[in-house]
Amino acid sequence: MRLDHEDLDLTNDDNFIDKEKLSAPIKSTADKFQLVPEFLKVRGLVKQHLDSFNYFINVGIKKIVQANCRIASVTDPSIYLRYAAPIYVNIEYVYGSHGKKATSVKDNVKIGRMPIMLRSCRCVLHGKDEEELARLGECPLDPGGYFVIKGTEKECVSEGVNTQKQALDYLEAKVKKTSYGPPPEKDGRALYILRDLFLAHVPVRDNNFRQKCFYVGVMLRRMIEAMLNKDAMDDKDYVGNKRLELSGQLMSLLFEDLFKTMLSEAIKKVDAILLKQSRASRFDFSQYITGESHNSISFGLERTLSTGNFDIKRFRMHRKGMTQVLTRLSFIGSLGFITKISPQFEKSRKVSGPRSLQPSQWGMLCPCDTPEGESCGLVKNLALMTHVTTDEEEGPLVAMCYKLGVTDLEVLSAEELHTPDSFLVILNGLILGKHRRPQYFANSLRMLRRAGKIGEFVSVFTNEKQHCVYVASDGGRVCRPLVIADKGISRVKQHHMKELQDGVRTFDDFIRDGLIEYLDVNEENNALIALYESEATTELDEGAEAAKIRADITHIEIEPFTILGVVAGLIPYPHHNQSPRNTYQLNRMDTLLYLLVYPQRPLLTTRTIELVGYDKLGAGQNATVAVMSNTGYDIEDAIVMNKSSLDRGFGRCIVMKKIVATCQKYDNSTVDRILMPQRTGPDAEKMQILDDDGIASPGEIIRPNDVYIYKQIPVCTTRDKITSPLSDSQYRPAREFFKGPEGETQVVDRVALCSDKSGSLCIKYIIRHTRRPELGDKFSSRHGQKGVCGTIIQQEDFPFSELGICPDLIMNPHGFPSRMTVGKMIELLGSKAGVSCGRFHYGSAFGERSGHADKVETISKTLVDKGFSYSGKDLLYSGLSGEPLEAYIFMGPIYYQKLKHMVLDKMHARGSGPRVMMTRQPTEGKSKNGGLRVGEMERDCLIAYGASMLIYERLMISSDPFEVQVCRACGLLGYYNYKLKKAVCSTCKNGDNIATMKLPYACKLLFQELQSMNVVPRLKLVEA
Amino acid sequence: MVTKAEKQFAKNFNIFNLPDVPTGLPPHLELQRTRAVCKNDAPIHPTSVLYSGAYASMGVDNSVRLENFSEDFKVDVISLTETDMVFDMIGVPAGIANAFRRILLAELPSMAIEKVFVANNTSVIQDEVLAHRLGLIPIAADPRLFEYLSENDQPNEKNTIVFKLHVKCPKGDPRRKVLTSELKWLPNGSELVKESGGSTTKPKTYTSFSHSQDSFPEFANNPIMPSFQDILIAKLGPGQEIELEAHAVKGIGKTHAKWSPVATAWYRMLPEVILLKEFEGRHAEELVNVCPKKVFDIEDMGQGRKRATVARPRDCSLCRECIREGVEWAKQVDLRRVKNHFIFTIESTGSQPPDVLFNEAVKILEDKCERVISELS
Repeated sequence: MRLDHEDLDLTNDDNFIDKEKLSAPIKSTADKFQLVPEFLKVRGLVKQHLDSFNYFINVGIKKIVQANCRIASVTDPSIYLRYAAPIYVNIEYVYGSHGKKATSVKDNVKIGRMPIMLRSCRCVLHGKDEEELARLGECPLDPGGYFVIKGTEKECVSEGVNTQKQALDYLEAKVKKTSYGPPPEKDGRALYILRDLFLAHVPVRDNNFRQKCFYVGVMLRRMIEAMLNKDAMDDKDYVGNKRLELSGQLMSLLFEDLFKTMLSEAIKKVDAILLKQSRASRFDFSQYITGESHNSISFGLERTLSTGNFDIKRFRMHRKGMTQVLTRLSFIGSLGFITKISPQFEKSRKVSGPRSLQPSQWGMLCPCDTPEGESCGLVKNLALMTHVTTDEEEGPLVAMCYKLGVTDLEVLSAEELHTPDSFLVILNGLILGKHRRPQYFANSLRMLRRAGKIGEFVSVFTNEKQHCVYVASDGGRVCRPLVIADKGISRVKQHHMKELQDGVRTFDDFIRDGLIEYLDVNEENNALIALYESEATTELDEGAEAAKIRADITHIEIEPFTILGVVAGLIPYPHHNQSPRNTYQLNRMDTLLYLLVYPQRPLLTTRTIELVGYDKLGAGQNATVAVMSNTGYDIEDAIVMNKSSLDRGFGRCIVMKKIVATCQKYDNSTVDRILMPQRTGPDAEKMQILDDDGIASPGEIIRPNDVYIYKQIPVCTTRDKITSPLSDSQYRPAREFFKGPEGETQVVDRVALCSDKSGSLCIKYIIRHTRRPELGDKFSSRHGQKGVCGTIIQQEDFPFSELGICPDLIMNPHGFPSRMTVGKMIELLGSKAGVSCGRFHYGSAFGERSGHADKVETISKTLVDKGFSYSGKDLLYSGLSGEPLEAYIFMGPIYYQKLKHMVLDKMHARGSGPRVMMTRQPTEGKSKNGGLRVGEMERDCLIAYGASMLIYERLMISSDPFEVQVCRACGLLGYYNYKLKKAVCSTCKNGDNIATMKLPYACKLLFQELQSMNVVPRLKLVEA
Repeated sequence: MVTKAEKQFAKNFNIFNLPDVPTGLPPHLELQRTRAVCKNDAPIHPTSVLYSGAYASMGVDNSVRLENFSEDFKVDVISLTETDMVFDMIGVPAGIANAFRRILLAELPSMAIEKVFVANNTSVIQDEVLAHRLGLIPIAADPRLFEYLSENDQPNEKNTIVFKLHVKCPKGDPRRKVLTSELKWLPNGSELVKESGGSTTKPKTYTSFSHSQDSFPEFANNPIMPSFQDILIAKLGPGQEIELEAHAVKGIGKTHAKWSPVATAWYRMLPEVILLKEFEGRHAEELVNVCPKKVFDIEDMGQGRKRATVARPRDCSLCRECIREGVEWAKQVDLRRVKNHFIFTIESTGSQPPDVLFNEAVKILEDKCERVISELS
């Protein structure tokens, strides 16, 4: 288990100057785990959202404003605006005419309000410790990284973008649509397009197109290569070719657009005013970009974030669902939400490529966490240690490259560019030049990075096939930290870890000292990464080949379980499960539950659970499970539950629901009013829960049909303004009745009074419902094994063990063979050992080797020590007969979670009720108290069976019977004239030959619709 | 020609009367009848044979007879504390022992809080959760002194115990715990006044006690209180307050587990460990070491010879380590359970002592039997 390297011979290593202590590798890899929590302190999880937002707030905004710093009025170009601070803008404008110029400066002009991401550097919560947060009434475990817009929590979903391909598409689209674009300039459109739009990232100085030409050349060369040789084609699903857009980037895109529109609007207005010859007041520029009517920035930002519809006019980008409401069903659900990545293209496309698991995802994106169904494989989640980069300054990097011997493109001829011994150096997609010794160049850049001379997230990647060195410092790349190894020997030593534990050393120190570095997907291709240090440094007497491989090892993983994401990390022993089971479990995490009354921390935890804080905000309970068949109510994954356990609080949950009542204001300035309820009289009983102010008070028990607001609305709301107060008779009652499941009592948890958008009083009630599990409620273990409660049985009927232990639930063993969730069995064993020896056991993914997961052998040993069978199977006595059962039963605790699917929310039946206006058939759906549909297949069954009367009853009598008058002569529908008391055919203009019959109303409707389309359906009647 | 004597002989002939025919059940059947043998993969013959004529063909009567029963039946109390009791119940079939267990769990009455009137609750714990917690608190009151509260009954001193809980954590104080010791018994019934009562007469409360429960001799010097004083009910932050009244009534565990007077009650069959061969020397030591419960001991037989003996078969927890496959002697150890010997454990919640509970359980079983008999006759 633990690896011992004490006896390792290191004398062959002359790289080290060192005492023995320094060169002693870490005794066990378990110690290196400490780096993970340290990393998560600095980066990871939600931090990338915060980072990108912080970058936008601190740098991005300034850049945008700087780039658009000048508004020049068309009529009077001497007026311009200068940037000084984010969102507060300093204005300096020059005015005057005929050479006389005066400058007026205005500082800190507010141009809008920016929504602030929670826990970002501009948030009040920034830098607060747990206690301060608790005092502010904020949950200390909340990770932040989302926005609060209009009282709902919104989350910007990370987006995957395909840059290279997009550039090509961009070009194509532009060339075709020559008719569209900004106003033509002197140089003509083609040049304009070539200069400013075509390969826009390649700079053109003084109309010098040389660089662009080279770039096009290289592109063509690459295309020809790809045509000749399919292997040379770029893989568009390769993670290294992808960039993630985080909330910061998206926000900056949006802000830039809004800022530009604001400026252009301001220009328009200013121009209009300047064109007027006589101006009465002194011209004040600032008022055109501030003030109520010009609040387009804050309004635009708010609207975009609350609707999720990104409309960027400049790129004609219309995307929906960019922000989503953060589901707060469970802590882990919302955490999983924040690490989600959704792709740009639509989900309906039938492609397998982008959906399949990419090898380059390793360590960056979670291999398990993806939804089922249409977006399977497209929506991904970040792994635990992934970091998404933000933009970095290119200037110094360019200079550094040239200093390191890159020959500038300017001095090269086209021929020289592709000499076989030289490599192209490409920085962020821009060709800098070429280098003769790519390996030397890459290594020097890496050395500089490790020394902290250039940014830690700059990646250097030599592509032997393409003869290129790619240097990247752009934002949106995914990267992860790895321990640097020299010839297979880790740079992180025991004493470093000791320092980390003592708190003298932080994760950043590891980076600064060049012990750990970030690699992005591309650079990983130049690295040979060992999973464990032992792989890098094993005994010397192995083959020469192995030794050679060892010498090539450049990096060592920090912890193998970090290839999984946050949510996947909650599954114990995921590496023992059939892979899709883990995926199912992750999908189930979002449907987890509301609020558990007695949440427990899982007995079998993982390191990720501890890192994420799931042990503090658990969402399940450790149920003692007996894997056996009992009563037969446990077939098809159903669960038999112990009534006493339920009595004692197992699976109890609280469901919160919001209801809103508004006190509306009307056009004629009348307002709804809320009255003090009558305490006596016929309706007093229904209004018991109302306080004297006419609003239900918190803590009251509320039943269906109770009045929760005693409201009256004015009879007349449309006519002219009424100024005098209305008399009582001018109001009509509009009490609102609580609708809920019959026979259940709920409680008013909280009542909040606020004003809504239109400024009228808005009363929000939070209604709380505490539910105990009932027949049909859904439960799930952590291994994608869901099941509904099949029956609830008294404790005395339940089997019991020789220790007097009675299971909380019974699960059918048939759940195991086909699912192959061995992890669940190990969880049971581990939990059982955990309970009996009083220590939480671990089941981290791939953790057996590094000591983060207990091995089955050791668990079994513990079980035996505590007097259990090594297999976890106990002798159970039947609760019914009192005799021992004829088999040993696999029994122990398993962490079970309650899912939100509860019978109470779904149960529905109706006798008679509302009907749809048009067809007169019963409505559909539970919310509309609808009927249950006898569909086509059900109808087919009835036909096959020959139950004609039942069909008649279901499809006609209980649905939409309608009496019609049919004219036997013309076969069309007539009507019954009540005045003449006679049926008449309107076509034949008489009532001689009319028959009365019943039809489904929908049938009559069809006839009439056909008639409206000039089709005549005629009924031919025969005597029955 | 058959003689009369021969006829007589044939009439009275019984094969078991022959001197060379063994009487009683053969050993393998006897083992089957009286013992459940716990093999490594599964127990065999765990059920008992109930049919009285099951062994009739072998001349063995399997019926239960009162005289045999009273002769064989035995109860040995092994340990008895205020809350826990362990005793051996010997000479009954599993069904009877199980009946006692079932009655203890589900049919013995006890008192538990059923109604909670919350006057004020500003703590973080929700009213209904608090009420649920209160319900689960065991109350040390003899249920025999109380009556069941039926649906149209008024709560009175004979069927209701009223407790008051009024705790406050003043502003500025640290967080505090609310323990069961703070539940105050109200012998005079509810103090909460019903709102709808007319002002002229005596204010109506939620109970109608005719006289105080203090006046009962049983409670005069012995106030009713929860079984344990240190059960955590809630935690209060500064400025939070709980004020409520809780009404305890009599009920049985079948309706809700809170009325179950036992935390749990169960039995296990007496373990019997048989060594089918002599374990000597190395094997003996291995056998002793393999058992985590120290069932085996080593006996010195002199001359340096050592033998394994079964010293504490009662401790066998059936881990089956000694018969685990791969072990050399797996076939030589027999783990058995004696089918008519039960080690019975009662863990009381503290409302009544376990021995009283068991006596009550016997009475209930008796009542049930009488009811069956009277209904049959």
